Amino acid sequence: MLYTKKYTPWLYILPAISLLFFFLVYPSINTIYISFFNYNSEIWVGIKNYIYCFTNEIMLNSFKNNALWVILFVPLTVFLGLIIAILVDRVRYEALVKSIIFMPMAISFVGAGVIWKFVYAYRPASAAQTGILNALRAALQLEPLPWLIIRPWLNNFCLIVVGVWIWTGFCMVILSASYKGIPRELLEAARVDGASEFKVFWRIILPLMKPTLAVVATTMTINVLKVFDIVYVMTNGNYNTEVIANRMYKEMFIFRNYGRASAIAVILLVLIIPMIVINIQRFREQEGMR
Amino acid sequence: MKKLGPLFTSLPLHLIIILIAFIWILPSVGLLITSFRSSAEVASSGWWSIFQHPFNFTCFTLENYHQVIIRIGIGRAFLNTLFITIPSTVIPIAIASLAAYAFAWMDFPGRRFLFVILVGLLVVPLQMTMIPILRVFNKLGLAGTFPGIWLAHTGYGLPLIIYLLYNFISSLPSELFDASSIDGAGHFQVFTKLVLPLSLPALASVTIFQFLWIWNDLLVALVYLGGTPNVAPMTVRISALVGSYGQDWELLTAAAFVSMVLPLILFLSLQRYFVKGILAGAVKG
Repeated sequence: MLYTKKYTPWLYILPAISLLFFFLVYPSINTIYISFFNYNSEIWVGIKNYIYCFTNEIMLNSFKNNALWVILFVPLTVFLGLIIAILVDRVRYEALVKSIIFMPMAISFVGAGVIWKFVYAYRPASAAQTGILNALRAALQLEPLPWLIIRPWLNNFCLIVVGVWIWTGFCMVILSASYKGIPRELLEAARVDGASEFKVFWRIILPLMKPTLAVVATTMTINVLKVFDIVYVMTNGNYNTEVIANRMYKEMFIFRNYGRASAIAVILLVLIIPMIVINIQRFREQEGMR
Repeated sequence: MKKLGPLFTSLPLHLIIILIAFIWILPSVGLLITSFRSSAEVASSGWWSIFQHPFNFTCFTLENYHQVIIRIGIGRAFLNTLFITIPSTVIPIAIASLAAYAFAWMDFPGRRFLFVILVGLLVVPLQMTMIPILRVFNKLGLAGTFPGIWLAHTGYGLPLIIYLLYNFISSLPSELFDASSIDGAGHFQVFTKLVLPLSLPALASVTIFQFLWIWNDLLVALVYLGGTPNVAPMTVRISALVGSYGQDWELLTAAAFVSMVLPLILFLSLQRYFVKGILAGAVKG
């Protein structure tokens, strides 16, 4: 190692540390503090904001919807990402297909929201359908559906589909790299011994990819707990599609209730903390610092 | 692995893959085509109907782009997005590379502790920070200004950028540093002459990442800039359009496509670095 004067390291890290302190550490602590105050942070209200969060109907509905997102979005993205990664490994045009699946990651959620709102576009049965899903239904002699309005399952599911469309490529890229790391001889040997493709997948591929699958699943869980843009653009939480992050934005900017907005943010943090713990453990395990 | 035997056993495989790719790309194709159709046609028929007369190019128009860029102000918003994104990419990467180098190759008290905190900060939801920062910004007159959002994006981007660059810089061979030590080079020389050039691939990855992240950001811009046309980026303006022009699909699709052009070009030309960045962040981390 180079000779290091006592103050040199601080010259290098001080800009970063002070920005991190001002933009992440201090505000987080302050948010916890003001979550115990009223809307303009002047009167101490104890845990009243938290009681509101766990009794208000719209808040409870947001929790329910976020849970639905976790239950559907995480397995769907991880499973689809895995299946696609394994399937495309066998064809020559792998790179092209991967680019297509991965492309939504490059565009904004707002753009994706416009794309999919158009897919779900609805007009009365008498008019020509311009949204592709309702055009398909019309071709099958079925009534058009207002996909984003039918509550509580269909519209939430339609929003989750948009999330899956965006994030599957991310999962695919990571899982594909991990899949390619499995020695081919191992899979061939199992096949020669008479194992079916299904058994090879279940007994060899899955166990070997388990650590990567866990990483991808935790990343997706964090994403989905914070889901905001898709809902904000497509329904703005109307028709029972509210989620925690959109609710927090509304409390902050529409209702100007900083106490409640802070309480919602703290709850969001508490939901994500298990993921932070996993992250730090993972970091310790791989013994990142020499 | 490449040869899976006769064609008819691998045919289902090809069909499934092509079907998936087709479903994935179809919504974007609809967007692109619609953005070039006249409003009368968009209102009366679906975008797929152009395939009935595939060589009839007269049904395409650039009018929608003219409308959204000039009249609706997406052109201005495009410049705002650019003006937000470039400093918000350069500043954090400059600051983070210094910090990553110190974490990787200098010894100082509290190094490990600070780094563990940094890893923890990686997943703190931005919502936890917005109200206090907004209050300070209001006091300092930074709310609704470009320097305000540059600072905010810098603070928010730092944990991941430091982390990714640290992973790369710390894996450089230590002999490099021993040799420099004998040559009498100081830290700053080693950093600028040796570490930065060697880290170019990693720097390229994080640059693309941060650039796309800021370019596509909605929440941070909504909170710190708001919807005023002279500062609002495209994401903010387009999400407002979805409310006010809800049924004018030819305009919405054109506006959305304007916002996607640059990311798509970057993505298609630099996909390799993009993928590397994701792998460095997710698998090694």
